[in-house]
Amino acid sequence: MITYALIFAIACFSLGLLLNLWRVIVGPRISDRILALDTMTVNCIALLILLNFSLGSPIFFEVAMLFALVGFVSTVSYCRFLLRGDIIE
Amino acid sequence: MTHDLPLWGEITVTVFLIVAGLFALVGSIGLVKLPDPITRLHAPTKATTLGVGGVLIASMVYVFATEGRVSMHELLITLFLLLTAPISALFIAKVHLHLRETPDTLPEAPDSVGWAGYAADGPARGVREVPPPEPGTTSTSI
Amino acid sequence: MLSRFLPHPLLSLTLVVAWMLLVNQITVNSLVFAVILGLVIPVITRPYWPDMPRLRHPFRAIEYVFVVLYDIVKANIEVALIVLFKPNRDLRPAWITVPLDVRSPEAITMLAGTITLTPGTVSCDLAANGHAVLIHALHAPDPDVVRDTIKQRYERRLKEIFA
Repeated sequence: MITYALIFAIACFSLGLLLNLWRVIVGPRISDRILALDTMTVNCIALLILLNFSLGSPIFFEVAMLFALVGFVSTVSYCRFLLRGDIIE
Repeated sequence: MTHDLPLWGEITVTVFLIVAGLFALVGSIGLVKLPDPITRLHAPTKATTLGVGGVLIASMVYVFATEGRVSMHELLITLFLLLTAPISALFIAKVHLHLRETPDTLPEAPDSVGWAGYAADGPARGVREVPPPEPGTTSTSI
Repeated sequence: MLSRFLPHPLLSLTLVVAWMLLVNQITVNSLVFAVILGLVIPVITRPYWPDMPRLRHPFRAIEYVFVVLYDIVKANIEVALIVLFKPNRDLRPAWITVPLDVRSPEAITMLAGTITLTPGTVSCDLAANGHAVLIHALHAPDPDVVRDTIKQRYERRLKEIFA
């Protein structure tokens, strides 16, 4: 039962990633693209944890944690660059 | 891959995984379907966060049911995402306000002090998209 | 004396717990290292923590967390239904101004975060004097209801929590 649920969840998150990618490509506004990239990182974190489920390797947790940190920092720094024209002042 | 769990664990993990997958999918569909940039902000920031939270809870239940130990690792990622999601959403909203809206398109702030994002010495002084000049006027904004 | 070596007890506790979660197993080794981190980091970073917010009712904060978690799940279902089954032309997005009664920066931050996490509303900006917050609602046929819900459900509780 869990196997099928895992496949279902992986399919959902992967489809979500594809839809996000479509939004990144189409835009049309820069805030849409940032938002779509941010959502992509969150979806990737979920996919990594699902991978951890099916492969049973704890290393993916560290990767997921790093994804969470780096994704947040990159979103904020991109927004900050647009807002202030500078990231570190 | 084989999963040997007691029945309650199997049902809980399955339910959490399916609900999480559905929420994440709804968030991404909303990102594609909703009509304009500021409404698009609503769907993914929250539905997707809830989806990841569901996956992490499923993972905790799974580890507890198979190995009998409590894995609190997942809680850290969930907390971090719950803390950072509003901040990224606020930043993206600010970028939208900064690039696409003017004080005239927003409701008036009480005491007529204006919104902080548009204050003269306020935080927003970066890249600005130039609005198309009105016919008959000269645009001086950068 | 105590305040010199332990300037922020809550921060130290958070650091210890976070390190233990990161290591993901409870051994004496990691506990000792966690305590060392919890003691050293607050002392080193003291200049960045000018003053801590005063919590008047810490137990109300726990109640608040559960109220918000329940609302996140409930309101996510509402937004999912809107996204899936409501045609775009029936959407009534709205900008709403919420006047604030809370004044401390921590309380306003908590309120803005809560507004963003409960779906259907995103907090976008703050008035220049900090007395109102601008939010955007995904589907608000009646903006006054949204404003009253926020004030009743979240702000009232936050006002009790933060002195």
